[in-house]
Amino acid sequence: VLHTTRPLHTTQQSLAPVPPLPEKGGEVRHGLIPEEFFQFLYPKTGVTGPYMLGTGLLLYLLSKEIYVVNHETAAAACILTVIVYAIKKFGPDVAAFADKLNEEKMASALAMKNDTIQTLQTAIEEEKKEQWRAEGRSYLFDAKRNNIAMLLEANYRERLLTVYNEVKKRLDYQVALQNLKRQKEQDHMIQWVEKNVVQSITPQQQKESIAKCILDLKALSKSAHATV
Amino acid sequence: GPLSERPLMEVRLGELHTWASTCSFSAQGLLAAVQRAWGSYCAKYIHVKQGGPAGISMLLAGYCLLSYGWNYQHFSKASYLRNS
Repeated sequence: VLHTTRPLHTTQQSLAPVPPLPEKGGEVRHGLIPEEFFQFLYPKTGVTGPYMLGTGLLLYLLSKEIYVVNHETAAAACILTVIVYAIKKFGPDVAAFADKLNEEKMASALAMKNDTIQTLQTAIEEEKKEQWRAEGRSYLFDAKRNNIAMLLEANYRERLLTVYNEVKKRLDYQVALQNLKRQKEQDHMIQWVEKNVVQSITPQQQKESIAKCILDLKALSKSAHATV
Repeated sequence: GPLSERPLMEVRLGELHTWASTCSFSAQGLLAAVQRAWGSYCAKYIHVKQGGPAGISMLLAGYCLLSYGWNYQHFSKASYLRNS
């Protein structure tokens, strides 16, 4: 249940970004004693003060047997020698290795950040290009309107042509009909006239015409003989 | 600033008496003090980019000293009293 009467995010405090770690730790001398101790004693005793203090303390502890020397002392000495030798010899290498690991982590994180920034940049440019493209939509609509007008025009002309063809066909039919009728009438009349003429030629007339033809032919042959 | 809010390193030796009277010796106060001390030690010597051997070696040296102190009774019995 969220109590909406409580104000949220009123202060500037926030957990991110985390402040970076300090570069180097506190100064420590001989690996054991912080530098602040030496600085603390410097005004009164100078540079050698803490060392004199250390030597005196050590001698006091040994002589009063507050620190007992036994077999563990020898073991501690050997272990300390080995540890110090190892640190002096392999320290820088280990440090370089750890630094390299850190560097790789940082580099990968940085690369990711740069890649993201690059992707967003390209996205911004693409978006601007799309906006520019959208400005040309008036041309697109003009072209579409032209297309539609052309379609309508072509359709109208097609139908006009169809109408013309149909009307012509009907008229041609009527013309052909009339021609055929006249032709048939002519033929019929010619036949009828021939038939009547042939019928009217009686046998008597036929003999007379044949005799006349023969006489004409004789006369012609005589005239032809004469000329030759 | 006021005496009770300064870190211990900035309290002068003469004011140590009055400082000891201002700090709370209840369980919570002691626990908070221990937590603060540990937190400041870590922040100074361990949580750094280029720490050295100093951070852990001081802890180990402190542990050695503490264990010697706890076992002092055992050490102080003179070993020459046992069989050579």
